[in-house]
Amino acid sequence: MVDIIHVTKRYGEKEVVKDVTVQIEKGKITSFIGPNGAGKSTLLSMVSRLIVKDEGEILIDGSDITKRKSQELAKKISILKQSNHINLRLTVRELVSFGRFPYSQGRLTEEDWRHVDEAIQFMELEDIQNDYLDELSGGQKQRAFIAMVIAQDTEYILLDEPLNNLDMKHSVQIMKTLRKLVDERGKTVVLVIHDINFASVYSDYIVALKGGKIVKQGTTDEIIRQDVLREIYDMDMTVGNFKNCRFCFYFH
Amino acid sequence: MKLKTKLWMLTLIALLLIVLYLFVDLGGMWTYILEKRFAKVLAIILTGGSIALATVVFQTLTQNKILTPNILGLDSLYLFIHTVIIYFLGSTTLTMMNRNIQFILVVMVMTLFSGFLYKFLFSGKMKNIYFLLLIGFIAGTFFDSLATFMQVLIDPNEFLVVQDRMFASFNNMNTDILLLATVLSLLVLLYMARFRKYFDVLALGRDMAINLGVPFEKVVKRLLIIISILISIATALVGPITFLGLIVANLSYEFMKTYKHSYLISGAILFSIIALMGGQIIVERIFTFSTTLSVIINFCGGIYFIYLLLRGSRSW
Repeated sequence: MVDIIHVTKRYGEKEVVKDVTVQIEKGKITSFIGPNGAGKSTLLSMVSRLIVKDEGEILIDGSDITKRKSQELAKKISILKQSNHINLRLTVRELVSFGRFPYSQGRLTEEDWRHVDEAIQFMELEDIQNDYLDELSGGQKQRAFIAMVIAQDTEYILLDEPLNNLDMKHSVQIMKTLRKLVDERGKTVVLVIHDINFASVYSDYIVALKGGKIVKQGTTDEIIRQDVLREIYDMDMTVGNFKNCRFCFYFH
Repeated sequence: MKLKTKLWMLTLIALLLIVLYLFVDLGGMWTYILEKRFAKVLAIILTGGSIALATVVFQTLTQNKILTPNILGLDSLYLFIHTVIIYFLGSTTLTMMNRNIQFILVVMVMTLFSGFLYKFLFSGKMKNIYFLLLIGFIAGTFFDSLATFMQVLIDPNEFLVVQDRMFASFNNMNTDILLLATVLSLLVLLYMARFRKYFDVLALGRDMAINLGVPFEKVVKRLLIIISILISIATALVGPITFLGLIVANLSYEFMKTYKHSYLISGAILFSIIALMGGQIIVERIFTFSTTLSVIINFCGGIYFIYLLLRGSRSW
């Protein structure tokens, strides 16, 4: 369980995350939604220790993240940011093998390689595992990065806009993979996501942020409602049911 | 070609050059000459190695393949220290001063300066490495200008002494200092070895490195201090020569074609020894000491640098 307790982050005078308290449950997909500049990515970065928080506490399974060793945390929680530009020329397989660094510190054992192979298989990257990353399409690249996170084998997986720049097919493929990770392997996934229909269909719990504060949180059914969404996005949407999924139409 | 084969090839060339340098044209007083040459070879391995290592690690930390630790302003500081000594105390003080003390003094001032720079930087909220580079660059320019100002004011004869220090040279090395420098460098290397495993991961960038459990701030801070000490030792030993690092690091990236730092660093060190050794042979045998090594290095390096810029930023 991740507990975010009264967390605040300021850039200069500006508070981008204001006194946020939220609990992320184990074994679920939790989505952070909200308009641009709501502080979703900042919050995610703070949980994954990429950004230092100014106030408050973040606990992972009851212990404070600032007090734990970085290497230990890397076996517990992983993050994938939205833009992953890498200066090196790496093959997919080499990238995925970096995911084992927290365990082997660079000297990969046979068991590490087994995890690498399994992650490549899980993301269906076998055919392109020896191709260089800079020769791949956006979707393939994103899948390779997710494979690396899978090889890292952490209980908590944080993803900052994993569907950015992907077409529908690849987006669905990635969301299904995440669902599989949660349902089959008991992982906990936290997402920042813009497309509320993806959030609605694939997540268990939704946290809505606006202006650095949490405006609403709850199960999909509680959040994907006309009145709630109007409050979050300041716009009117039509929400309906379609094949047992709650769906919004917002192209008015 | 396999990576190991490549390394062996480079090692072979380096050894060949060393043997060539040591044993060709020995002449009558061979014990004396051999001893002098041996000291130069050791100095070349030491400085060449330190600079290659420091540059590759620095480029990994900054994620930039056309930067050298030069940008931290250490070369400028080195010249500034010498100019200040000559300006206030005269060139006789510099030439009469115990070389060991002079060496330690220069290394200490340079290390203290970088220590101060990092302290000032990392204690504040600004924890961006580019900010550090900017400050180093400005400090370097400041030292340069101040040194130039003093050099204009001093006696032309005194200026010749300063000018002599501007160019790296292996020709008037003191064996005592060499020993001291070797011991110091080895100690620093021993300390650096514990961060070796992080190099590959650091090359992925800050966010990735933290995600994979690298204690980023700590490692970067330590490595920057190690880089400064290595560069300080090398510079105090032979003079400003950091430009060499840029060349050999890039030659190594180009030749080794891998991301693994164990190979990249070894390659860069070997290239460095080959370049310095070859350069020294040219200086001694072809130009018969009428030019210095750094002139040759800067000439060849400059051409290569322009090539790098023109070619753009293809990876490796």
